[in-house]
Amino acid sequence: MADGSTMVVGASATTPPAPRQGGTMKRLARRRSMAALALCAPLIALIICLKIYPTFYAIFLSMLDRKMNHFVGLDNFAYLLGRPSFHLVIFQSCLFAVTAVVMKAIIGFILAHLMHNIRGSSQRIWRGLLLVPWVIPLSLSTLTWWWLFDPSYSAFNWTLSWLGLPEVPFLGTVWNARISVIMVNTWFGAPFFMIMYLAALKSVPEQLYEAAAIDGASAWQRLIFITLPMMRNIILITVLYSLIVTFADFDIVRILTNGGPQDGTHLFATYAFAVGIQSGNIPRGASVSLFMFPVLATLAFFVLRDVLNRNKEVAT
Amino acid sequence: MSGATAAAGGPVPRKKSKVGSLERQQRISIRSSYAALSIFVVIFLVPPFYMVMTALKSSAEISAQQGNPWIVQSPTMENFIQLATDASFQRYFINSVWVTAMVVIISMAIAILAAFSLSRMGFKGAQVLSTGVFLTYLVPPSLLFIPLFQIVGTLGLINNTWVLVLLFPTLAVPFCTWIMIGYFNSIPKELDEAALIDGATYPQILVKIFIPVALPGIIAATIFAFTVAWGGFLYPLAYLYSADQATLTVGIVRELIKGDVFAWGMIMAACVMAAAPPIIVYTFLMDYYVAGLTAGATKG
Repeated sequence: MADGSTMVVGASATTPPAPRQGGTMKRLARRRSMAALALCAPLIALIICLKIYPTFYAIFLSMLDRKMNHFVGLDNFAYLLGRPSFHLVIFQSCLFAVTAVVMKAIIGFILAHLMHNIRGSSQRIWRGLLLVPWVIPLSLSTLTWWWLFDPSYSAFNWTLSWLGLPEVPFLGTVWNARISVIMVNTWFGAPFFMIMYLAALKSVPEQLYEAAAIDGASAWQRLIFITLPMMRNIILITVLYSLIVTFADFDIVRILTNGGPQDGTHLFATYAFAVGIQSGNIPRGASVSLFMFPVLATLAFFVLRDVLNRNKEVAT
Repeated sequence: MSGATAAAGGPVPRKKSKVGSLERQQRISIRSSYAALSIFVVIFLVPPFYMVMTALKSSAEISAQQGNPWIVQSPTMENFIQLATDASFQRYFINSVWVTAMVVIISMAIAILAAFSLSRMGFKGAQVLSTGVFLTYLVPPSLLFIPLFQIVGTLGLINNTWVLVLLFPTLAVPFCTWIMIGYFNSIPKELDEAALIDGATYPQILVKIFIPVALPGIIAATIFAFTVAWGGFLYPLAYLYSADQATLTVGIVRELIKGDVFAWGMIMAACVMAAAPPIIVYTFLMDYYVAGLTAGATKG
């Protein structure tokens, strides 16, 4: 990134006398790197003050008692791990993240292939229509889903009974509510997978398919031996990234079920909000959030590794 | 999935029929793609469609529960008019606009300066900082909102829209910087070298070369910052508790839903009005945004 070529040119532009050139160049380089650092100062300040410091502060907070004037060590974590309702949170967060991401990845993949089949200007319109769920602010569309699920006025249940089917309490039982929140997340997130995969599909060289066609490869073989290997990196990055975002999701569960029924749909984020902000137990809320940290850190490590690998591949 | 080119694999006796069958196969494949996409579009558009339909209904029509709920029987603009003249809804809208404008300006300023520095000038630790920027992008808002609650409380910013102006950039800046680094790196070095030889200073190079050339990237990053600020829900919900400070998302979800009597026509009309700005922005600028998001995916 920071190579010497521009520096040398920059120095020769302000041509100093020959013998002093080395010193001037050094001084110029130093001044330039000071200026570069100054330009990054707001970014660095933001990362340190509002990302790194809060992380350590969260660790400190999580080791205090409710009134925040006694140090209690790991008691908050131990307490949470002993609570059956927190076991449900762990279970539901994992179920929610894994199921929703798998669904989004599959639907996104299918959509990307369908979109890839239609060429030309109509593709843009279809893409626009399919991206609508992803464009509407999530909290507002979740509100609409809630209204669609509404027990007494539900448009879904009206349709079911119109078709002669029994009504479904979408948010009334634990498992129905779990499936409903996963459904809403899939609806919201699938378009993102579609555009990522579509971009990756477009970058697969056409010659590979032509060569495969000459060799008599079937559609299935082309998918397994050309498309998937060529898209492997993008699929990995998108899935890992989406796992992070979905695992830490807040809006859908908060609005649709607020954790209910019987605490069956709480995710880490909504549980931390209920404990930390609503019940005012800041230290325990901070500990709930921190339980996400190992999972997110592991996922982030793999995303970073794949992105750096990819950048290297692209560069060479 | 597509039978388009699969035909080539089959045993084909005569040349003429091969061409015909290929064309037919292709046509069938395209038609079935359209059919499948239509089904997906219908499913995906159910909630927005219902949002608009409900917004056009009167409260009487909603509570009467007669007939098909999917279609509005006597459309009325009364919900929209009532909201547009409602002082508190106007307040939410103004709050959202002001927060979003500030967040976009601040985030873009920080991101462009940092990206220019990281892409062209360089200093010790620039590589570490680039990696750090990407890692902070992966930190979700729900991880740190509780310590931040304490921090903004100490700063006296609780229940003040300034808290969002301070905190939303933490979500927007990392990705904006990352996009801008990518776009700036793609500008050929010869361009700024030539400018340097001609005696241009770094500020001139940034303003006269980098910003115009990387305009698509700037648009993409701006849309990202806009989306973060306009649609943000957790931070305003956690840090702004009174109605006069609420932004649109929180104002609608928290303030319009009072008790158990849901004025759904009104709520959905509010959702339509709040969702309109992003939809308008995306209608015109979607291509830039998609290009910015998928920049990594299309290379190589």
